[in-house]
Amino acid sequence: MIFTIAAREWRSLFSSPLAWTLLAVAQGLLAWIFLLLVQDFRHLQGRLVGLENAPGVTDLVAAPLFRVTAWGLLILTPLLTMRLFSEERRARTLDLLFSAPVGAPAMVFGKYLGVLGFLWATVVLAGLMPLALGFGTSLDFGKWFAGLLGLALLAASFAAAGLYLSTLTAQPVVAATTTLGLLLALWIMDAASAGQEKASNLFAYLSPARHCDALPLGLFNSTDMAYYLLFSALFLGLAIRRLDDMRLRD
Amino acid sequence: MADDILVQVERLSRRYGDFAAVDDISFTLHRGQVLGFLGPNGAGKSTTMRMLAGVLAPDAGRIVIGGHDLLDQPCQAKQAIGYLPEQPPLYRELTVDEQLRYSAGLHRLGRTASCQAMARAKARCGLMEVGRRLIGNLSKGYQQRVGIAQAILHEPPLIILDEPTIGLDPIQLREIRALIRELGQDHGVILSTHLLPEIEATCSHVQMMRSGRLVFAGALADLARRGQSTMLRIGLGAPPPPANLTQLPGVQRVEVLGGGRFRLQHAPGVALQRALIEKALSDDWDLWELAPEYADLEQLFIELTLERGAVA
Repeated sequence: MIFTIAAREWRSLFSSPLAWTLLAVAQGLLAWIFLLLVQDFRHLQGRLVGLENAPGVTDLVAAPLFRVTAWGLLILTPLLTMRLFSEERRARTLDLLFSAPVGAPAMVFGKYLGVLGFLWATVVLAGLMPLALGFGTSLDFGKWFAGLLGLALLAASFAAAGLYLSTLTAQPVVAATTTLGLLLALWIMDAASAGQEKASNLFAYLSPARHCDALPLGLFNSTDMAYYLLFSALFLGLAIRRLDDMRLRD
Repeated sequence: MADDILVQVERLSRRYGDFAAVDDISFTLHRGQVLGFLGPNGAGKSTTMRMLAGVLAPDAGRIVIGGHDLLDQPCQAKQAIGYLPEQPPLYRELTVDEQLRYSAGLHRLGRTASCQAMARAKARCGLMEVGRRLIGNLSKGYQQRVGIAQAILHEPPLIILDEPTIGLDPIQLREIRALIRELGQDHGVILSTHLLPEIEATCSHVQMMRSGRLVFAGALADLARRGQSTMLRIGLGAPPPPANLTQLPGVQRVEVLGGGRFRLQHAPGVALQRALIEKALSDDWDLWELAPEYADLEQLFIELTLERGAVA
């Protein structure tokens, strides 16, 4: 049931130009940045030789690229998640799901899986670029994989937040705007908490940015893992409640 | 027979704020009945159907479909429903086949079962040639047919069609009406419409709604009986002035139709014919036509909805 819904989500995504355009633009921009990073690395290479414990190509190319990809996801996710429920409400196709023998959790997880599959495809495509350097130089696969995992978890939490916000309105644009606003606010919370007050530590802790910084450094922290899972579970749970509610209010 | 009861609705109500869209409705539907919901726009037809399909939760009341309570066992109850909303829930970017396959998947049909079901539904709704076309590129009539195919795809015992014939051309209209009658033989069908000919053409039972209440419920045959004539049409060779006709016992109104024809409206339960014939013979009116005029469904509908409205 979940997979039926996810498959339909994928088919609709890829039969519209939106998915292809987003993939192409993201990949194009990331490739450009990737080339710039490689160029920088070549300039620095000579000076790095003498250093003890010098950062390698993974630290200087892959890690910054993943950081840019994280920003890319921040912008990309609202554009994808806005369709999930808002569009269906506007086009009145949600009635098909509501009148079918499908529970709210199956609807939410199906759609979540559909959009997550797309986001993860974007992440993997971005990850493949530094992997291509493996032909000419030695990569730190551990760090590369950790960075990729961080992005995948980040995408999962972004998608959950976007999915919930798209259940709140029948206007896709409103859903996209609020999602972008929420994600940016959470991201900024990290920067805003640069002061020393105690409350700001909490803010920093709540920001997804803080939790994905460590991963490209190869630090695999179970707290960060739990953070992302809880973040996603919270919003998916809210979405399920909201769908049950929708039948009452509408 | 008790097991033949397909739908049981008890005291169903739904409010939007202060506005009671559906107000305390109860009815039952048996297998093999085609029930037509009739009413002016805004009478609560669609709201009732949305609640029956489980899309909208009722404020009060109970809906039991095929022995399963729609609120307590939603999945079992919904498996027994095929629902076509006012606006068919179709994804414009999918092809007809993709849409139907998705719907089959949602109703838990296996791979082979869904292929058979799709072929059957497409044949029944005349969609064989458009299977690979995008729904967004189809005309309104075809989209409506895809919606109907989707509703009957998993062979549900109960089929709910909200205004199923909107946007169809006259030929398609006839085909779909025939299809609904055919479906009504071994399924239960509930359809809503504000078109009276549709009810007369397809339904075995009818329920009229006004302002969220049921104002009439019964078999179509009962309705015709209830609409029994309170009108006589007469033709006279040597008509008297209309005032003389008014003096006949029980006559309330006389309408002059021209050419010696009159329409007499009389109080129900009065045997006007006899008095009229005697009077015509004694006064030499030269009576050559005498026929009761039956109120058609339309007239009855207007009467029922207006008169209850005045009371409420």
